[in-house]
Order: sequence, then C-alpha cells, then structure tokens
Amino acid sequence: MIAIVLKILLAAWMVMVTVAAFIYAPPALGLGDLARIIFFHVPLAWVSVLAYLVSMVHSIRYLRNGLMIEDHKAALNAEIGLIFTVLATVTGSIFARYTWGMFWNWDPRESSIFILLLIYCAYFVLRSAVEDETRRARMASVFSIIAFISVPFLVFIIPRVYATLHPDPIISVEAGFQMDAKMFRVFIASLLGFTGLYAWLANIASRLSALIGGMEGEKDV
Amino acid sequence: MGRIFYNSLRGAWALVKKDLVDELRTRYAITTMGLFALTTLVMVSFSTGIFSLDAGLHAAFLWIIIFFSAMSALARSFIKEEEKGTAAALRLSAPPEIIFTGKLLYNVLLLLGLVVVVLPLYLFLMNLPPGANYALVILLLFSGTACLAGATTILAAMISRAGAKNSLLPVIAFPVLLPVLLTAIRGTSIALAGGKAGGVSAELTFLLSYLLIIVTASLLLFPFVWED
Repeated sequence: MIAIVLKILLAAWMVMVTVAAFIYAPPALGLGDLARIIFFHVPLAWVSVLAYLVSMVHSIRYLRNGLMIEDHKAALNAEIGLIFTVLATVTGSIFARYTWGMFWNWDPRESSIFILLLIYCAYFVLRSAVEDETRRARMASVFSIIAFISVPFLVFIIPRVYATLHPDPIISVEAGFQMDAKMFRVFIASLLGFTGLYAWLANIASRLSALIGGMEGEKDV
Repeated sequence: MGRIFYNSLRGAWALVKKDLVDELRTRYAITTMGLFALTTLVMVSFSTGIFSLDAGLHAAFLWIIIFFSAMSALARSFIKEEEKGTAAALRLSAPPEIIFTGKLLYNVLLLLGLVVVVLPLYLFLMNLPPGANYALVILLLFSGTACLAGATTILAAMISRAGAKNSLLPVIAFPVLLPVLLTAIRGTSIALAGGKAGGVSAELTFLLSYLLIIVTASLLLFPFVWED
C-alpha cells in the first residue's frame, strides 16, 4: 500500500519538476533557455555514477560472501546505470551542439561520461563472454572494482589538471555556477526526483534478483 | 621477514625467467608485437612521413602504435598457460601474489623491449621536429608502458579464465587504460615539442600514482581471479 503511494508521489514529483523546468525556472544569464537541459542532464549523470557505485558495492559483497544474489543485483544495477549513462551522454551532446556548435568535443567532462559508458559496455561484454556462472560473477566483480579505479582519475584529477590548458566556456556545475534561487530549487528537486526514480528501479532490481535466486534454489535469498 | 620477502622475489624472478626462456624459444609475442608495430609504423610513415606534423600528432601516432602492439601480445602471458595446460601446475607452484608479480614483471619487460624497438624506428622513419626533449620522451614512454602492463596483467588473467579469447583484451582494457593513454599522449606531445621537466611533472605524477594504485588493487584482487 505504502509502495503505491510512494510511486504516485514520485510520478507527481517528476511531472512537477518537468513542468517547473520549462515554466517556473527563469532562463539563465549567458545561455538562455539552453540551460534548462541542466535540470535533466546533471541528475542523469549523477544517477549513472550512483548506479555504478551501488553495482560495485554489490560486487564487493559478492566477493566477500559468495552469494549469487549479490551478483544478480550488481548486474541489474549496472543495466540501470547503462541506460542512465546513455541518456546523460545524449543530453550532454545535444547541449554541446547548441552551445559550442559541435556534438562532441572531448572536453574533460564529456570524456568522463564517455569512459563510464565504456566501462559499462566492457562489463557486459565480459559477462557475456563467460559461460560458467560462478566464474562470470567473479570476473565481473573484479572488473567492476578495477574499472572503478580509473573513474576518480578521470572525473576529479584530469579536469583539475587540464582546466588551465583547455579553458572551457562552461565550468562544471558543481564548481561555482552562479545559479538563480529558482533555478537552484528546481535543480535540487530534479536531483531528488531522479534519485527517487533510481531508488525505485534499484528496488525492482533487488526483488528481481531475489526471484531469480529463488528460482535457482538458493537458500539465503 | 627479510628471508620471506627475498624468497618471494626469487619466486617472481624465476617465473620471469621461465616466461622469457619460453618466449625466446617460440618468439610468438615478440614477432606479433614487432610485426604489428612495423606494419602500423610503415602505414603512418608512408602516408604522412613527408609532411612535418606537429608534436601532438606524433605523440598520438606513437602511442597508437605502442598501445595496439601491446594489446596484441599482453593477453598471451596468461592465455598460453591455459592453452598449454600448465596453468594448474602454476597454481600449485606458488602463491597468487608471486604469480602476479612475476607476470607483471614479464609484461613490463616485454613492453620495455617494444619501446626500445619502436622509438628508434619511429625517429628513423618520421621526421620529428627539432628540439624534442628525448630524455623526457623516453621517461614518459617507459612510465606509460609500465602503467599499461600494470593494468592489463590482471585483466589478461581474467580473460584467460573466462574463455581465453585474445580479442577480448582491448575491449576490456580500454576504459581502464584511457586515463593513462590520454595523459601519456599529452605528456609525450609536450616533451616532443621541447618541454622541460617541469612541464610534464603533472603527467609523470599522474602515471606514477596510477601505476601504484592499479598494481596494489590488482595484487589485492588477483587471488579472486586466479583461484577457483
């Protein structure tokens, strides 16, 4: 019962956020109406990283306790993350096209979301290449952890180092983007909405993993 | 404690020697890498050798040649164990950390050999701009290839346990190695344009820290990959 109420609340919240993004929030100073994509693009990117983190945590737990359900959860969360990453990349490149004229620029931020996309794809390629279930779970888990190491390098270190060499017209949103109060409210609301959406999808993934585990006759489900 | 460490090093070194002897007998990896490097180099030189390109392009070509030659040979170190059936014996003979260290050192030596062959050939076939800081170029090439070896050793082990398909390594390794490639290419282009040591200090720090972190993580995770 409470789940249905929460879902309806989430749906209403997202509708409100979408409407507010176009009507309530004012156009940004430099970019005008183009900046509205920030309400969708940044939360998508945030959720894709979050999904990867959750998937990696499940991978670590699989390596520690060997329960197959953790591997199912890791894989399903990675699927969710992949979808969000594709959406984040697409929205980002649409923004790039209309702001800077090119769909893709190899800006450090763009590169980091591209790497995330590659990591997800490589993860699924690896999973599909292994037949044996236990081995597949193990290899995928180890890969997930190793690939995670390159993410901080790309997301945090490279933009700091190369910001001086490659000045960008847009600084990353977290670092000092002066946002109008209304924009900020809509932005935070959008962030919460997308996180809620992810939490719901992750919950579905969790229940699905339990079902798969139950079908295969696992005890600790 | 010292005695245990010394014995571990001896074990790793024995593994390196075994792999080197095996490699010199069959010459599989050396010829694959060498021919691949030569083919790419000839293609690059034939089409663009007459133009005077800027340092960034030279750095990119150099690293493309090195990266793909490396990928064609690095998976071999573990896959040949599975193919020849010696993997089980290897598993019995030493703890996983020593196996990993031995294979890592072997891969580093292999790539060092690759750089020693590719760089002079590249200088010979392409006309590089004058005033390049070759000491820095060599330092960057060595650090970059050490990082390549560091990351791909555990990935090669994963692939060897996962169906032993050589062609899987570039797909798996690319996202993990992209920071290394981007940094190394940028550093090499600065060095080729005549930069001083201060100019590439950021890149060198990056490569060194990446190497340390990835080798540590691989050492910690290798037992999961190696043992059944």
